[in-house]
Amino acid sequence: MEMVTRPHVQNFIDWSKDRPEVLVLSADLTNSCEVGKWRDTYPDRFISAGMAEQNMMGVAAGLAREGFIPWIHTFAVFIYRRPYDQLAMSIAYPNLPVRMVGFLPGIVTPGGVTHQAIEDVAIMRATPNMTILETGDATEVESVLDVTEQVDGPVYIRMLRGRLPRLFPVEEPMRLGVSRELRSGRDVTIVTSGIATEEAMRATDVLAQHDIDATHVHVSTLKPFGDPLIEDAIARSSGPVVTLENHTTIGGLGSAVSEFVTDRGLGRRVIRMGLQDTYAHGASKDYLLEQYGLDAYALVHRIGSELGRELEITREEVSAAPVEAAAAVNAESL
Amino acid sequence: MTISEEDVARIAHGIRTRVFEHVLRNGEGYLSQALSSAEIFALLYGGVLRLGPVDGSTTPAPFVGVPGRENPDYRSGDRFNGAPAPDRDRLIFSPAHYALVLYTALIEVGRLDSDALAAFNQDGSSLEMIGAEHSPGVATTTGSLAQALSQAAGIALARRMRGETGNTWVMMSDGEFQEGQTWEALSFASFHGLDRLRAVVDANGQQCDGRMCDVGEIEPLAERVTAFGWDAREVDGHDIDAMHTAMTAASDRPVLVIARTNPTQGVKVYEEKAPLLHTLRFASDEEKSRFEAAYREMTEAR
Repeated sequence: MEMVTRPHVQNFIDWSKDRPEVLVLSADLTNSCEVGKWRDTYPDRFISAGMAEQNMMGVAAGLAREGFIPWIHTFAVFIYRRPYDQLAMSIAYPNLPVRMVGFLPGIVTPGGVTHQAIEDVAIMRATPNMTILETGDATEVESVLDVTEQVDGPVYIRMLRGRLPRLFPVEEPMRLGVSRELRSGRDVTIVTSGIATEEAMRATDVLAQHDIDATHVHVSTLKPFGDPLIEDAIARSSGPVVTLENHTTIGGLGSAVSEFVTDRGLGRRVIRMGLQDTYAHGASKDYLLEQYGLDAYALVHRIGSELGRELEITREEVSAAPVEAAAAVNAESL
Repeated sequence: MTISEEDVARIAHGIRTRVFEHVLRNGEGYLSQALSSAEIFALLYGGVLRLGPVDGSTTPAPFVGVPGRENPDYRSGDRFNGAPAPDRDRLIFSPAHYALVLYTALIEVGRLDSDALAAFNQDGSSLEMIGAEHSPGVATTTGSLAQALSQAAGIALARRMRGETGNTWVMMSDGEFQEGQTWEALSFASFHGLDRLRAVVDANGQQCDGRMCDVGEIEPLAERVTAFGWDAREVDGHDIDAMHTAMTAASDRPVLVIARTNPTQGVKVYEEKAPLLHTLRFASDEEKSRFEAAYREMTEAR
């Protein structure tokens, strides 16, 4: 599996070149959000707001009203928690094209509870006019920029930074409202988003070795939610639907899938894996994923148990499973 | 720019009497805000603001839905302030509960139909009690107080990036200086040198719970704002000539005009209700009749 280092840095610079309406607003986390080089490349289009997020939301709204496309770059928690009233009233209500790029989604950071955005999707899903995109690999970090151009309104992005896997081929970019079917199987349907997808890809490889064939769907548009591909995927397998997300199980992907299943009367059990209505704490990503049951190992055993199969699979065995770049299944053909 | 003190005084008198009449007819309402800010609105709409003519009809449309993908024809109430132009001014109206004063000011200067207040706070009307983005004269959503100054700073920054020469104005209430966001916005505007951003605050010293000095002191406001890098100008908010000078004199910094005003200006009987002046409600028919007498006295004064 190819690893890519800080794909957002140069990609965003290149993408912004012929888009003079694109501005960056930062609240003192410029290098942390991989836009330091962007600032140095386009100093006239970079606006330092200082550590003052409530004001930054209003400034972004004013700039957007005047025809600019402000790209707020900060940690996700400082977008939806601290200045929520400003986000809702100054940006979301008037449906302004402000792009809110939220770094450190879920429990990817040792920054602890103050830096871990674990209920952002729930809050943003409940916000009218909001579109929510989540990146799961380098290809999605690169292509999410183009996706925003189809949205005439505010967009919230769960963004990844640093060294990232390339799970999806470059020639298969993120598309608005379109999921990716990564594997097709008859026993269980797994739906994941963000970094949970890599874990699930590892899990489905191991499950397959033990004769459990999963259908696996990766979702990158969390709102609006309703890709018909998901209904097809659920119909194809006989077992339950299992969701795994880097977020609390209340209000995020698991809830969106549950609502989808209920709204369409699909009559299928939905098992929501993720943070179980709890805050986390500061530690390494791998430690936290294990501690809170968000990793491939937890997924393998939960599915085995749900299907009445107590699997003798060790953590080492799961960790050893390589993740192959997912070019095998073309979503459009299914 | 020419401005007639007499015209401004006439507009201010019209705002006070029209709002007073409405509150008496309605049985309650936001009167103190009109009494304190009448000259501010009269100056803004009576010549200080360089605005184009109303963009469209002076008749307000009914409520036509909130902004969103499903409502592409949505328009804010900013059209009553005229179409934007590089050399024109903008007005961002912040204290949304002053809506009745704003609508009345628009009526007094002919930007809104004279019978428009009949729809005030009526179901399905765009003349909402707390001014909404679709309400006449309103450009942004500011009912959650202290959000306008930041939005105006964004607009002023965008206009500077485009080389526009018009000012971006904000009409504020003093209670908003209790909110932290206001101070974030003040810092931002001075740090970014937004010298075409101007705000005027109706410093009437009143808020819901009573006198601001008893609820949450913000003084010394001029010193505080000056320390934040603004050009603060403290002035008698009922002195038209002094206000005009304070609002229009040039500056190389963002300007805050602190209009010191009286929330019972012109209605002496209202002083009896202090310190609770936020909304006028009558305790008895006898009390209401004394306010009616004050209204007759005011209308006969000119």
